[in-house]
Amino acid sequence: MTDLTRAEICAVAIADCFAEDGEIFGSPMGLLPQLGARLAKLTSNPDLVLSDGEARILAGVPPLGQNKDVVEGWMPFRLMLEACVPYGKRHVMMGATQVDREGNQNISAIGPWAQPKRQLLGVRGAPGNTVNNRTSYWVPKHSSRVFVAAVDIVCGVGRTRAEAAGPAATRFHDVHRVVSDLGVFDFTGPGNTMAFVSVHPSVTAAEVQAASGFEIALPSGTGSGEVPTTREPSSGELMIIREVLDPKSLRDREVPPVEGKP
Amino acid sequence: MRNKVMTTQEIVGRIQDGMTVGIGGWGSRRKPMALVREILRSELSDLTIVSYAGPDVGLLLQSGQASKVVYAFCTLDSIPLEPLFQKARQDAAATFVEWDEGMFQTGLRAAAQRVPFLPMRAGLGSAVLENDPTLKLVRSPYAGADGTAEELVAVPALELDVALVHMNRADVHGNGQYLGPDPYFDDLFAMAAKEAYVSCEQIIDTAGLTVDAALQTLLLNRAMVAGVVETPNGAHFTTCTPTYERDERFQKAYATAAKDPDTWAEFQQRFLSGSEQDYQDAVAAFAEEHS
Repeated sequence: MTDLTRAEICAVAIADCFAEDGEIFGSPMGLLPQLGARLAKLTSNPDLVLSDGEARILAGVPPLGQNKDVVEGWMPFRLMLEACVPYGKRHVMMGATQVDREGNQNISAIGPWAQPKRQLLGVRGAPGNTVNNRTSYWVPKHSSRVFVAAVDIVCGVGRTRAEAAGPAATRFHDVHRVVSDLGVFDFTGPGNTMAFVSVHPSVTAAEVQAASGFEIALPSGTGSGEVPTTREPSSGELMIIREVLDPKSLRDREVPPVEGKP
Repeated sequence: MRNKVMTTQEIVGRIQDGMTVGIGGWGSRRKPMALVREILRSELSDLTIVSYAGPDVGLLLQSGQASKVVYAFCTLDSIPLEPLFQKARQDAAATFVEWDEGMFQTGLRAAAQRVPFLPMRAGLGSAVLENDPTLKLVRSPYAGADGTAEELVAVPALELDVALVHMNRADVHGNGQYLGPDPYFDDLFAMAAKEAYVSCEQIIDTAGLTVDAALQTLLLNRAMVAGVVETPNGAHFTTCTPTYERDERFQKAYATAAKDPDTWAEFQQRFLSGSEQDYQDAVAAFAEEHS
């Protein structure tokens, strides 16, 4: 498949994050996560529960930019916070302005807490998400400004900090994966640090390493230390992405096509 | 049953300097903006604002009337970052308390239930506990199956002096009704406060409330509510679904103006220097210009 785009690779990598989740609530934040989660619901995990991003749980799977479909349930913010997050049957994929080697995430602000250089969103639900339900992160532009040695303000909690906070913090802690425009990562490195799961086709591990502010561990168990390549979408998945879920190619605005490369 | 109809001036007159004011809605959704604008017209100062924050918080920081804000985020939703809030944070212009969204709800619930705190997992391991050193942990008196007693965050009650919320409809007694998809946390705000005041699109006869809407839309009962005022288009420019959606064009003009002192001065002069009627007239003229 020569006309594959990077965004399509990312969509499938994100969909694979939700593939094994079964009948739980998916909370994809942002465009590519929405595309990936909807793709998972149409392929690997038809049991996935998805909402319109507000209060309606949708039975159907509308294209990106559309949020109208058959309504199968109600999930206002109050129920999300008290009957979905702590209930635990949920996998959220959030953005990350910064993510570090230990899996801490920051969306609050850049710089010191007392007087940040740049105020962003605030911690939002990240602290609660990470100690209650499965959490993944999406980074549309992999760089050493995002993949930092230590985040400025810990919103999403990584494993080491969760362990330091005690059993109540680790009991349901499950930071699953980070997907970026360059690769897929988890936290199976030494001491639960970030490790490669795969690099996207035509990307090398060295390129990823050069675009990261810390050393990403090689995948354990591969023996050779080789980093696998992220799988390409099947023809069926490509058809769903291109003709059903994102006919307007909104995905290319978030992850621009790389000239001559998938 | 008492008639609790008031004017926006009378409601804001019940707020005193130094009070803690909870504001309902969420981000740029169903915010009691007419009441917020009435605060902007007042001499009130040194307010602590508790809010799932949007332009309400941005405006009260810009005016200098909020000296402290308790929040989990501040956003305009369709525009991710609230520029007036950003500026205030970056200038360290007030005291800021940033909690997790769920902690915030739990704090309101504790206040509504009149308990000093409620335990939860959210916050553990995060910077929230470092940046708000008043937060404490509590150990469960019950051991779990593995013999360990979990140590959780003791989220303190978010006690409010006054709550301000906006409904689609209410009656003169203070029974309040939302008709959109999400109640947000407005009943919790009302119950967390010593006094709650409701602005609404329309005050109608009590019997009319359930003629065309489900019983469950009656979010606020009159025992929770001290006063009610009809403020048509009073959530503008935030959503008041299904009565109206967000005025995206206006919000964009707000957010753009807020990034530059000169443009902001013009925006303030045009929209925020007169009465609520002046505001609504200026908004109508703005819509006319861009139609």
